[in-house]
Amino acid sequence: MIEFENVAYSYGGGELLSDISVKLAPGSFHFLTGPSGSGKTTLMKLCYGALLPTAGHVTLFGNDVRSLDRDDIAMVRRRVGVVHQDCQFLNHLPVAENIGLPLTVSGRHDETGGEDLSELLSWVGLSNRADALPPELSGGERQRAALARAVIMSPDVVLADEPTGNVDWEMSQRLLRLLVELNKMGKTVLIATHDLGLIRATKAQVQARVLRIANRRIQLAGADL
Amino acid sequence: MSALQVAIAALWTGDRHADRVVPPSGFTAQLTLFASGTMAFLAVFALALSLASGRLATIWGQELARTATIRVVAPVDQRAAQTQAALRILETTKGVASARALTDAEQQSLLAPWFGPELAIDALPVPRLIEIIEDSDGMDPEGLRLRLAAEVPGAVLDNHNRWRAPLVKAASRLKLLGWISTILITATLAAMVTLAANAALSANAQVIAVLRLVGATDGYIAQAFIRRFTLRALSGAAAGMVLGMLAVLLLPSTDDAGGFLTGLGFQGWHWLVPLLIPFLAGAVAFAATGAAARRTLKELA
Repeated sequence: MIEFENVAYSYGGGELLSDISVKLAPGSFHFLTGPSGSGKTTLMKLCYGALLPTAGHVTLFGNDVRSLDRDDIAMVRRRVGVVHQDCQFLNHLPVAENIGLPLTVSGRHDETGGEDLSELLSWVGLSNRADALPPELSGGERQRAALARAVIMSPDVVLADEPTGNVDWEMSQRLLRLLVELNKMGKTVLIATHDLGLIRATKAQVQARVLRIANRRIQLAGADL
Repeated sequence: MSALQVAIAALWTGDRHADRVVPPSGFTAQLTLFASGTMAFLAVFALALSLASGRLATIWGQELARTATIRVVAPVDQRAAQTQAALRILETTKGVASARALTDAEQQSLLAPWFGPELAIDALPVPRLIEIIEDSDGMDPEGLRLRLAAEVPGAVLDNHNRWRAPLVKAASRLKLLGWISTILITATLAAMVTLAANAALSANAQVIAVLRLVGATDGYIAQAFIRRFTLRALSGAAAGMVLGMLAVLLLPSTDDAGGFLTGLGFQGWHWLVPLLIPFLAGAVAFAATGAAARRTLKELA
């Protein structure tokens, strides 16, 4: 699905990531961990074409990311659901329309009125908030709305960057269960987090691999974690 | 179908969902409407100026070019004889379609604006005027002048060139100025729409980022803005054009005097020309917003 081959990325002042080679196979579940500022978010952005590697090759669904034009990138994003650390929405549209936005922009607006959307809303526990505007949502509700928006197109890959950053332990468990469920449905999942407790709790439910960024490189963390 | 045709088709049929993804923008929308309305209003006058002075130049150039006048300045007792001599010469002059001496009554009415209707024209040594109408080949004024000088010493030929040429030139310049004004107005409208579109695009940077993240193509995002600005420019310009045409319609019309200022306006099929203004404004807004959107979007991830 997503393959990194000797990838390096630098923001100008020295390399943030170097010599990264990693492969996200279909149906796999990965955690990405590492200290703050180690490049977790940067690596995530490389995964959906928001950044281009400064060296090496990133392959998305079999195509080198450098060979993709802007429309191709848009098509890639319809197959990759992204949950950002600080989720952004269209603040003038209600939650339900925001969650259906990926369908709207890909010309499948007719499907947003259907049962799938209401099912998805109840799955993330936002049925009673469907008509609220995004600024009225709490941090946890925003995270869940972002997750629902990320999966409505039934993407092949779900990327979540600190999806539990703004929520309490109970809510983070709930979000994680949603992601584990998605993985069991065959989606490839990559979660960036620095919360080791969360990783431990998840490993009991699913076969998860942990990638740790240290010294600009990726290491496969030990099974003891 | 070409990309442009697809874009125009999308513009007309519209995508109400695409429209909704960009938040409504109230005040700046009014400004775009106002600006395109004002520009259309001014464009109507620029067009009226161009078309009217074009007409004027044509009239002065063609109709007056085919007439000339001979003044017979002679003592009263010789005047009739010299006039006859001049007319005889004109009969044999190549390029003269007809020539006739003005009657006393005609000369009196010509002088009436200056001396009043009660003037006894016989009592004054007023020169006799001969009106010459040239045929389509035109005559040779220098040859005629030489013959007149030899045979009718009191006759002076005036083929109107002296004062016609600068008038035709002035009218042509006015026409050019009118067209330049129209072009400048169009360019100004493009500049204003570009500024407004740029402002809207930067104000909606977060919206655009969200749309890109969920897989919207640049074309989809641009379409939402293009449609909005094109329709605003089109409707604003339509209102401005209607007001401008009403204003031209209400200009006092005194065709008898034939003055330049009163001739400002449209005639015949020229009334259809301003109807193009809203579509031109729409096309300008379409292109300007499209260019602004492509430029802005290219810089985003």
